[in-house]
Amino acid sequence: MLQLLLFGAAESDLLAARNQMALTLGYHIIIACFGVAFPAMIFVAHRRGIRNDDPVSIELARRWSKVAAVLFAIGAVTGTVLSFEMGLLWPGLMSQYGDVMGLAFALEGISFFIEAIFIGIYLYGWDRIPPRVHSLMLVPIMIAGAAGTFFVLSVNAWMNAPTGFRLEEVVGPSGTVEQSVVDVDPLAAIFNSAVGLQYLHMFLAAYMVVGFCVAGVYATAMLRGRTDRYHRIGLAIPLAFACIAAPIQPAIGHFAGQRLTDEQPVKLAAIEGLAETESRVSAVVGGYFDGERIVGGVELPVPGLASFMATNSFGGELTGLNEVPVEDQPPVNVVRFAFQTMVGIGSALVVLAAWAGFGYWRKRQLPQSVWFLRLLVVAGPAAIVALEAGWITTEVGRQPWVVHGLLRTEDAVTDAEWIWLSLSVIVVVYALVTVGGVRVIRSMTRRWRAGETHLATPYGPSQPLESVDDSPGLVDV
Amino acid sequence: MDLADVVALVMFLGIIAYAVFAGADFGSGIWDLGAGNAEDGGPTRRLIDHAIGPVWEANHVWLIFVLVFLWTGFPEAFGAIMSTLYVPFSFVALGIIFRGCGFAFRKFADDLNSARLFGVAFALSSLLTPFFLGMIAGAIASGRVPIDGSGNRWTSWIGPTSWVGGLLAVLTCAFLAAVFLAADAERLGHEELTERFRRRAFVTAIICGVAAIGGVAPLLLDAETLADGLLGKGVGFMIVSGASGLASIVLLHKSRLAAARLTAVTAVAAVVGGWGVAQYPWVLVDHATIAEVAGDSATLWGLLISFGVAAVLVLPSLAYLYLLTDKSVLGTEFNKHGQDHESVVVK
Repeated sequence: MLQLLLFGAAESDLLAARNQMALTLGYHIIIACFGVAFPAMIFVAHRRGIRNDDPVSIELARRWSKVAAVLFAIGAVTGTVLSFEMGLLWPGLMSQYGDVMGLAFALEGISFFIEAIFIGIYLYGWDRIPPRVHSLMLVPIMIAGAAGTFFVLSVNAWMNAPTGFRLEEVVGPSGTVEQSVVDVDPLAAIFNSAVGLQYLHMFLAAYMVVGFCVAGVYATAMLRGRTDRYHRIGLAIPLAFACIAAPIQPAIGHFAGQRLTDEQPVKLAAIEGLAETESRVSAVVGGYFDGERIVGGVELPVPGLASFMATNSFGGELTGLNEVPVEDQPPVNVVRFAFQTMVGIGSALVVLAAWAGFGYWRKRQLPQSVWFLRLLVVAGPAAIVALEAGWITTEVGRQPWVVHGLLRTEDAVTDAEWIWLSLSVIVVVYALVTVGGVRVIRSMTRRWRAGETHLATPYGPSQPLESVDDSPGLVDV
Repeated sequence: MDLADVVALVMFLGIIAYAVFAGADFGSGIWDLGAGNAEDGGPTRRLIDHAIGPVWEANHVWLIFVLVFLWTGFPEAFGAIMSTLYVPFSFVALGIIFRGCGFAFRKFADDLNSARLFGVAFALSSLLTPFFLGMIAGAIASGRVPIDGSGNRWTSWIGPTSWVGGLLAVLTCAFLAAVFLAADAERLGHEELTERFRRRAFVTAIICGVAAIGGVAPLLLDAETLADGLLGKGVGFMIVSGASGLASIVLLHKSRLAAARLTAVTAVAAVVGGWGVAQYPWVLVDHATIAEVAGDSATLWGLLISFGVAAVLVLPSLAYLYLLTDKSVLGTEFNKHGQDHESVVVK
């Protein structure tokens, strides 16, 4: 009843479920990037500090690890929510294909275990474990982060390129003919045709997002006049990672996209906005797909560019949307707009990385200009937008299928009636988590700026550090 | 015992590990909730942060482990459980978000009011999450989750067995945590907290025992299959649990806290293990057996191999983490004033 009052008819529960999944996944992906890429940056800062006996680098690593502690906690819980949602929202997917794609999740779970264990050791090991050993605790975190990304991406890639099983028709208990999954080959499912490049694409994206975001924090500080060595190193380390990842990313993305030409041509047609199968297709930037053609876009002056990108031949033939019935087509404009956003931002970040790299090559130092710093400030959020746009491209582009060509999203969704309500709750809760997290991290940086190296937790009123005399051994970091 | 049984066994070992280790973390949150106002509760809350800070995320992963084994090993059962128990699982999800974020945020909060807010989120959800998980266990164990997932989304998880499950889950968490915290406080040399948690552990142990015995009656009426199993093939576990519980009470009385930790873990592990044995061979009691809903055998082998990998990689790492925590190598600052931090002031 409440749901009827608030949201109208129940047919749209599929939309609510998709929105809830998109929101929680899209949120977790940003945080997960920090789990994957941030430890590598902390590692560089920490090792550099030990090697050069440089307290400034060590302090950077220490502070980053505290910020990471907050982000890892958010990542752990939002990741758990996703594993719940696999069943809560998509019982049809899990009941049917759980044992095909599940093994990758199990291996991801092991990676997460390793990550969580060594994060605990690293975060709480400051000043307790000998520095060299302590800094090495980041290595299993980095490896596990990379492995975990691979296995999660493997599941997503499998949904795009399902393999490693056979479908057999069996007569169900009520006499109906049902499809049953047999002959599962879990390794074939994990190492499907899409996983390699999709994984590399996401892995690099994580380094770009975190690299540009963290560098942007120090760029902001430098614009406000804090240009000491601490801020210069804090900017340089993450930026180096981002600048290595950014120029490789378009090439990986290009080859990942070429897989679509044969395996998911309808997704490619949506990306290009191609109504009918054609040869020598040009690339059009911007505009709107009105169901037949793109209106108002700018055609790039290279005939057959889109064909070339997809098939390596300017005369290559691309499948149009018309090859499948309307109900099997994804929403073209969403996919196309998301794709172009990703490509546009990605290209801009390559230019920014080139600027930084060129400056470093010429003068052995990063560009100091105000405009360079200003662009760095926006590069982080822009990288996040590109990341999300990329996910929208691949996820919405796969629609109406949850498992490409085999299981429709509408057949996998739960029949629970209150998904709009749960979506609304999730929106509020994730907003609260965001506000809380931002608030806490900002308060940390404020106290660091004020010269506190020690962040005491206010367990009681006006908790002065001296008052801990009565509780030996229980003082906070 | 065939392949699917082994997978089910491994999954259930994960449930036991979650019940014991994450249980102690949840229980610490419950004691945090009752630690008193900001003035009096400070030392307790500091002890709780010290005790669970380094380990809670790792302990939490057992839940992921169990979920993944369930959906990979027994996919249909997972779909059915999540469909029928949509509501309590949603509450658990919310509880997990607020627990984790509340705990992590409080540690770095800069003023008392926000620390209080985050602390309440952490503590309250530490109480509610195990309660709903216990209700979920009760729903499955009392045969209320049919394999087609069509169980009533409201009445399935509020039967008598669910209440027993929820209550026992909260009590065992509180019991484990009190014992662990008493031992931690003793190791850190804080006499007042040691004594406080020793007394709490002692009382909670008695309440747990009374609740466990009192819970038998509703089970006999409401969950026949489970009750038969508990008093039949699972009775050994019940005896071990009861004996360990009694031993814990005695050891707590004698202030032998390190030993009490072992008996407390045994008591809780045995009661959870007893539930598993009593429910065997059902995954969904009265509706689906292990053999009926087991996934493809190639995948089951894969799961077991991945568990082998986990045993080689994860368990030693986990042991190392616990060792460091237990020796207070990890944890929050140890020195008296917290000032002689070996770091530079960077402007």
